[in-house]
Amino acid sequence: MDNKDIAQAIREAASRLLAEGAVDCVIGYEAGTLPMRERPFFAYTPEEAQRLTWTGFCCNNLANFLVRRPQGEAGKVAVVAQGCVSRSIVGLIKEHQITREQVHVIGVASPGMLDRDKVQALVGPEKVITAVSEEGEDLLVEGPGWQERLPRKKVMRDNCYTCVQRNPVIHDDMIGEESEPTHGGQIDKVAAPWEKLDTAGRLAAFAENYQDCIRCYACRDACPLCYCHVCFVDESQPQWCGKTQDGSDVLTYHLLRAFHCAGRCTDCGACESACPQGIKVRRLTSKIEKDVRELYGYAPGLDEKSVPPLSAHKPDDPQGFIK
Amino acid sequence: MSDKILNKDQAASFLAELGRERDLFAPAVSQGKVVWAPLEPGQEPLWRFSNTALSPKEFFFPQTECLMRFKNRQDGEEGMIMHPEPELARERALVNMRPCDAKAFGVLDLIFCQDQMTDDPYWRDKREKSLIVALACNDPCPTCFCTSMNCGPHAEAGADVLLVDLGERLLAKGVSDKGREAIAALPEADEADLAAAEGAKQKAEAAITTQVAMDNIGGREVMELYEAKHWDRVHESCLNCGTCTFFCPTCHCFDIQDETQGEQGRRVRNWDYCMSWLFTQHGSGHNPRGAKKDRVRQRFMHKFSYIPLKRGGEIGCVGCGRCVQQCPVNIDVREVVRDMNA
Repeated sequence: MDNKDIAQAIREAASRLLAEGAVDCVIGYEAGTLPMRERPFFAYTPEEAQRLTWTGFCCNNLANFLVRRPQGEAGKVAVVAQGCVSRSIVGLIKEHQITREQVHVIGVASPGMLDRDKVQALVGPEKVITAVSEEGEDLLVEGPGWQERLPRKKVMRDNCYTCVQRNPVIHDDMIGEESEPTHGGQIDKVAAPWEKLDTAGRLAAFAENYQDCIRCYACRDACPLCYCHVCFVDESQPQWCGKTQDGSDVLTYHLLRAFHCAGRCTDCGACESACPQGIKVRRLTSKIEKDVRELYGYAPGLDEKSVPPLSAHKPDDPQGFIK
Repeated sequence: MSDKILNKDQAASFLAELGRERDLFAPAVSQGKVVWAPLEPGQEPLWRFSNTALSPKEFFFPQTECLMRFKNRQDGEEGMIMHPEPELARERALVNMRPCDAKAFGVLDLIFCQDQMTDDPYWRDKREKSLIVALACNDPCPTCFCTSMNCGPHAEAGADVLLVDLGERLLAKGVSDKGREAIAALPEADEADLAAAEGAKQKAEAAITTQVAMDNIGGREVMELYEAKHWDRVHESCLNCGTCTFFCPTCHCFDIQDETQGEQGRRVRNWDYCMSWLFTQHGSGHNPRGAKKDRVRQRFMHKFSYIPLKRGGEIGCVGCGRCVQQCPVNIDVREVVRDMNA
């Protein structure tokens, strides 16, 4: 099935669920007002469901909206979920933010999502892009009086190269066929570029990576893990984190957020897709993902049963760090 | 006659003259992005670019700005006495600012410096010591809608000088007294130059393909607009992040805090944003904008209803399109205004 067929099947599934009254709302993607800007859309009627779409630019993690329900917490919703989004849903169930019964998962295999900034950079930052369409493994990019063909492989989001779970881990409807489970990239080769640096080197690399951060918190707000009612950066009594652009305040925000995501992050890349400054937010979370995998043999969101390592206590846990 | 001509190959000496008494800044390409950067002596400014990613409001309203310093002691003569920070030491010129951004600062003047009681010395100091040399847009982006927002690709408001790119030459229009003085030594433009500039202006305005009507908004009761049904949908996908406000040249909300470290203390002002629940949280625990819908509505009502009502028809938006480009969930202000105007 190509994207158009998948989009049509999503619309049909959504229409059916809404017409039957099985769900109150279907959360999916619709075309945005600009090329490469597919955006979250909430369909409440079969007619609205006709606006749903599916392309390689469906980059928001829609599990985010299960804990930030637009119409309150009541009722059952359906959500369009590729592999990483389904893992986030599993995580939210494990963390008791939602129940399995509240959500109807419309599963879709991820083709590997695309990075609009990479497309823009490849055709030239000054060129105006008026249309982008996917043709198999190619991307046809068009502007006034020009067109260019780019291989899809060159413009995927960084996290999609190393994805280990393209197929949804849970689903109530499956749209299209399941695909190869991974893209085959080696996450450990790219996960932690800072590992080999000493402490001073890490600090310098950190400062460089985050120097453009404007603390808009788009990374936090796009993340389905960041559902705290009051985020630590918004706490005012006491205030844990300074509000300024000083390096120490920026560092505190990013380091603490990354640690809050330890053992929970599914590497969905929503933070990087949301960042308006193009910051490699995953530089930190990837390292922590690797540590959790190596130290605890755990990868988040792959099944509904296993216990997240940082949520569990065992009497024989190593306690050498307690001084 | 205030219209002059500047040959691009003489721009360096013109800028060197400007730079004798001033620090110069201009858009430049850095790591694939167009950013504001110091213009080094002899360096050719960028003539072809759409606009800088972030707006230049940082020059007048830094994201983090120390306002005062104090000694963090309860006792002693100096204890808790506030000392002002030094003013801007040198004048500066901001070269090749786009007209939409220049216009934005004209709008913000109405807010930071309203009257005797509301007269922000930090804003005023930097504004008075800055010369804005705007560069008209000849190739607007598809996200531009400035002509619908009391602005335009060749708009002059807010600038001191407006440059119009005519190819090898630039037409330099003196807009303010300060601007006319800065270009006084340049040769006069002739009729053909003026005609070419007018042609470029018309072509640029015609290239703005998005029109956003505002004509009904002013006529509608504020409460009717406030309670309109469409707000129930606009906010649904909003993440309540600060991207739109931080990229916006006219968004200007801030938070002031005192920070202390040992005996050192400072009063610091940081950008804040109406999308954040914390921005309106009262000490009592009550929050007048407690729900996401309230906050999203606020941003649009402020720009397109409250500011026009209170500031003589000025709009709190210049149509630069940055929020359209950057919003992580593609909430498009043009669609929202269309709904408001419907």
